[in-house]
Amino acid sequence: MSTSKDICVIIGASHAGVNTAFNLRKEKWLGKIVLIDADPELPYHRPPLSKTYLTDAVSTTNLLKPVESYKKDDITLLLGKKVVRLDAANNYLVLDDETKIEYTKLVLATGAKPIIPAITGLQANASYFCLRTAADIVAIKKAFNASKTKKVVIIGGGYIGLETAASLKKIGAEVVVLERESRILKRVATTVISDYFRDLHTKNGVQIFENKEVNKVENTLENGINVTKVYCTDKSYFTAEVIVLGVGVVPNTDLAKQAELTLNNGISVTNKGETSNPDIYAVGDCSYHYNLHYKTYVRLESVQNAVDQSKVIAANICGAILNYNTIPWFWSDQYNVKFQIVGLADNYTDIVVRKEQDKENVISVWYFNNDELLAVNAINHTKAYVFGTKFIKEGKKVDKEKLADASIPLSKEFAVAFL
Amino acid sequence: MAKITFITSNNEKITVEATAGSVMELAVNNNIQGIDGDCGGVCSCATCHVFVAPEDVDKVGVASEIETDMLELADDANEYSRLCCQISVSDAIDNVVLTVAK
Repeated sequence: MSTSKDICVIIGASHAGVNTAFNLRKEKWLGKIVLIDADPELPYHRPPLSKTYLTDAVSTTNLLKPVESYKKDDITLLLGKKVVRLDAANNYLVLDDETKIEYTKLVLATGAKPIIPAITGLQANASYFCLRTAADIVAIKKAFNASKTKKVVIIGGGYIGLETAASLKKIGAEVVVLERESRILKRVATTVISDYFRDLHTKNGVQIFENKEVNKVENTLENGINVTKVYCTDKSYFTAEVIVLGVGVVPNTDLAKQAELTLNNGISVTNKGETSNPDIYAVGDCSYHYNLHYKTYVRLESVQNAVDQSKVIAANICGAILNYNTIPWFWSDQYNVKFQIVGLADNYTDIVVRKEQDKENVISVWYFNNDELLAVNAINHTKAYVFGTKFIKEGKKVDKEKLADASIPLSKEFAVAFL
Repeated sequence: MAKITFITSNNEKITVEATAGSVMELAVNNNIQGIDGDCGGVCSCATCHVFVAPEDVDKVGVASEIETDMLELADDANEYSRLCCQISVSDAIDNVVLTVAK
């Protein structure tokens, strides 16, 4: 149990950190709560950054909570402050303005940071941008609006790269996406999905090139305009005035390293969110945690994980015993396409693809490990996403033959037994 | 301008008003307990589930196919259920009463 003298400090004020703070109050944490982030903005939703925040004429952040909520729940916000030192042996940390803050419990919700690939000339090039914060988007829009050619090169054909491509296309950009792998979305989905999204982008006028590894960027003058030439290893090149990097992220573990916490593709935590230090917890994108359903360790970059893990961590900090046990889910919006994912497909042995007969562009891919349904990728097919979620949660065995037969409407009756 | 009344799970009755945005945003901005809006309002998380008062159903309108499908994730959904991120604030929904799902 906590007392009014206790202090819980949370580093990172995005979905994971903010939800942890509010959940601590719900779980009757009696002490102080201090929420710190280097980002000066009041905490906001990140998923819209690559979508509406980029396309709206006037970008306003979509706040996670109104400012009054922090006051009401007595949560002290320290925004625009970076934690530069963590002394885990003596339970205190130091901010960049030299403020020393002591803690009883510490929550690392430090998230992840964009990978900057080793590309010759990139660091010195002023036209490249990452996409992680509201400030990144403001900078991209400013550069894009000032550009004369409206040419954008996006390096990386994952979700962020593709969502950004769709958004920039919508506001008039000439977009090229360069993917290093043999197909876009290779890390996260099967070829059916890659093919669908490649086709969708192509139809919308975005050029996608695969097997293109960028190795050099160079400023040059073209028709009197300053542009950047983006070179690939096969000697081909593309010109742009704006370059957006979307090649993935790495967890922020600098403070965890200072605290000598066990690391493993992120900060290793138990099912209760505990790190290897009894007073320190980790939550969200930075946490390498165990998924009870899939019986595997994972690090997830998702709102669902951040939100659900924060409930577990807050409960455990307050003395309850709660184990993290969820089926991960994700979403992506590109153009008018709604893409929903449930489950982890990593160990799939076979897939079933359904293209609904009477509806155009309504597709679902069902990933199985033999009889076990692992995951569903649903394109414009919320019903498949919802049924898939239920089948996985309830441990149902699905009749693959019926599922594969698009002449039979998708039905809950496809689940024929328990696994 | 629309006045909207939320009834929360602890039977608190809160009336708030707005001119634009979604009902979910209105609820979050006014700390309405039980409305989370985790996905930010894109009909992807089903954490803004409300029951529309029967007499207000015509004013509020019906759920889209996507929303109806998402509502299946809520065990207590019924014919009055809506995900309130999909309800736009406008004069048309003035004085409606929404009960927040548990």
